[in-house]
Formats: sequence, C-alpha cells, structure tokens
Amino acid sequence: MATEATGGGLEFHPMDQFVVRPLFGDGAVAWYTPTNVTLWLALTALAAIALLVMGTRGRAIVPNRAQSVAEMAYGLVYKMIEDIAGKDGLRYFPYVLTLFMFVVFANLLGLVPMAFTVTSHIAVTGVLALAVFFGVTIIGFVKNGAHFLDLFWVRSAPLAVRPILAVIEVISYFVRPLSLSIRLAGNMIAGHAVIKVFAGFAAIAAVAPIAIVAVIGMYAFEVLVAFVQAYVFTILTCVYLKDALHPSH
Amino acid sequence: MFSLLQEAATTAVGQSDGAVVVDDTATSNVVVTGTEGVRPGVGQDVEAVGLPQLDMTTFGNQIFWLIVTLVVLYLVLSRVALPRIAAVLSDRQGAVTGDLMAAEEFKMKAREAEAAYDKALADARTEAQAIVAQNRATIQGQLDAAIAKADAEIAARTAESETRIREIRVSADASAREVARDVTAELVRSFGGQADEATISSALDGRMKGAVQ
Repeated sequence: MATEATGGGLEFHPMDQFVVRPLFGDGAVAWYTPTNVTLWLALTALAAIALLVMGTRGRAIVPNRAQSVAEMAYGLVYKMIEDIAGKDGLRYFPYVLTLFMFVVFANLLGLVPMAFTVTSHIAVTGVLALAVFFGVTIIGFVKNGAHFLDLFWVRSAPLAVRPILAVIEVISYFVRPLSLSIRLAGNMIAGHAVIKVFAGFAAIAAVAPIAIVAVIGMYAFEVLVAFVQAYVFTILTCVYLKDALHPSH
Repeated sequence: MFSLLQEAATTAVGQSDGAVVVDDTATSNVVVTGTEGVRPGVGQDVEAVGLPQLDMTTFGNQIFWLIVTLVVLYLVLSRVALPRIAAVLSDRQGAVTGDLMAAEEFKMKAREAEAAYDKALADARTEAQAIVAQNRATIQGQLDAAIAKADAEIAARTAESETRIREIRVSADASAREVARDVTAELVRSFGGQADEATISSALDGRMKGAVQ
C-alpha cells in the first residue's frame, strides 16, 4: 500500500482523530471531565437547536430557507413514523426526531476538518442503540403485555418450524442494538480513516493529485453516508417501534 | 478493514511494532521538522493506541456527556421547536384551506354577479323595447292626428280657394260682358247704327255663352 514511500516523511495516523482527550490540560479523563467529546456533543446539540428553534423563529406562513429545512426535517421524521409505526407511533415523535437530528448533525459536523466525530464512538452509538432497544422493549410490554412475545412466535409458519423461528427471532432481537450501534460507528470510523489515509498519500508528489482527488471524492461520499446513516438509524428505530406497537406478524 | 489500515500505517512509518504505536522520537521529529508527514487535526500530542473507540476508560465520560446532550436536546426540541413547527404547519394548512374557501366563495360571487348582470341586461333590453314601442305608438298617434288635421285644413283651404276662384270667375265674366257690351255699343254707333241696349245685351249673351267659363 505504501511501498512507494521514499523518504521518512510518509506517516499515517488515521486513528488519532478519534482519541478522546480533555479540553483543558492533559489530565486523566474522568467521567465529568470536559473533553473534545463534550465540545462536539454540545456543538451538535447547538446546531440542531439552531436549525429547529432559531430557524423557525419567524413562524412564517411562507418560510425562509432555514425554516424550510427545519420543516423538511420535521416532515421527514413525522412521515417516517406515521408510515412505518402508524398513528400511535407519533407519541414518540419527539424522541425519534431528537435521535435523527442528533445523529445527522453529529455525522455532518464530524466532516468539518479538524472536527471530532462523536458518532464514530461505539460508546455513543451504543448508548443511542441501547436506549432505542430498552425503550422499544418497555413500550412493547407496557402496550401489549405478554402478547408482545408473539413477536417471537411466528403464527403464520407451520407449527413444527415455530420453535426454530422463535430462537432465530430472539437472537435477531437481541442483536438489534449491536447492529444498530456498530453500523453507525463503523461507517463513521471507516470513512474518516480512509480520508486520513488518502490524505497521508498526498505527501508523495507523484501520487498527490490522485490522493487529493480521492480525498475530495471520499469527502463527497461521506456527506452522503452521513445523511444515509442518520436516515437508516431513524428508520430502523421506527421499524422497532412498529414491532413494539404491533407485535403480531 | 481497520487492521489493514493499521498495518499500512505501521509499514509507512517504518515501525515494526505490529500496532499503530509510534514512538516518541518519531513523533517529536515530525513535530519539530514539520515535514510532509500528515498530522491529523486532533491528537497533536496524543497518539492513538489501537482503536480509540475501544478505550474503555473514556466510556464513562462519553456516556455522561451524551446523556446530558440528549436530555437537553430532547427538552428543547419537545418543548420549543416541535410545538412551534407544528403550529406553523397547521397555520399554513389553515391559511391554505381558508384561501381556497375564500377563492371558492369569490368564484360563487362572481358567478352570481354575472347572472345578475345578465338579468339586468335582459331587463334593460325589454324595457328599452317597451319604451321604443310606446314612443312609436305615441308618435304614430300624434302623426295621425297631425295628418288628419292637415287633411282637414287642406280641404278647408281647397274649398275656400274654389269659392274665391268662382267669385273671381263670376266677376271676370261680368267685367268681360260689360266691356264687350260697351265695345259692341261703340262699334254699332260708329257704323252708324242705333245702339239699342236690349238688343246688344241679348246678342252678347248669345255669343258669350260658353265663351267664358
């Protein structure tokens, strides 16, 4: 991969961008220490608030650009829940929108040069996914009681196959938070690391143009991925919510 | 994927530790000389050891701040942003519906106005026709009366003229008779005859009969 390296100047640090470090000083990272994670989490929240609160300040009948985007985000998530989980899923709309806005802004802000991508950390995406997992499971049991277990007992299948299907369904149910969190974090880590590696190649004059074009291409692709992953995360949340509200197959 | 990247990185740096641990001398070299080595934006003085994502010591910190962020974001969105956007959207919906209804109403009004206009036009036309007919009748009556009056007058004038013409004729007859008698008498006298008034008159009457009508 890097065999063309002639001098000693070629260095790759694709993972350094993910290091969690304190904002002030060099001390250990305690649970309360303000770190670069704290900074970028705050910026993510501020960006979402700026769009949805400041953007709609005019409350105009004919919206300006920011208000249009805010209404578009609102409409996208609202319609998603309504289409997938049904009308009774709309009770959870504020939380799903919070998730969507958080993930999409975290992903996009992570693409700002020198930025820290909070959604590239398994701890962050894991908490998001576990919150969805536990929330959906609790909603399922509260709304349907023991009937929620029908989700695992596929009545449309022949009786002989049902126990096997039940095992598969249970496994797939418990894999959900894992796949949800690793999909998001994995996409973010991979894209950012690949950009860094291409950027590292730009140090060699011979391949620098290719490397720079590749960085630009990857960056454009990563913008798409940032949106798509936020969308996927949200749509899967809606699907899980649908399972919790209507467990029968 | 990541292990591949790590290997690449390791090879490139020329370290053979088998991990992305770059020792301090390499780091300081790069920092001091500032050669073409690409330094990531973050971690100027911190090197990644393996995957930073798997460093469990930072988990507590990340989870704590994440929950704080999510709670704040949730509260702000659910308390401020969502009711506002929902209100704006329903306002717009209402405005659009209201405008459509108003447009429908205006359309109806326009249609009514058109009907009223047409009706007024038709009424005016019939009224105008009635007035025309009435006027024509009045004028016809006046005309008839005037013609009758003129006829009567013409008849009267004609009669008057005829009497006068008769009078003139009679008087002209008498004058001609007198002149003719005088001339006859004078002629008779100049031929040496005896002018007998009665003879002359009877002769004259015989000759004059039919001469002057």
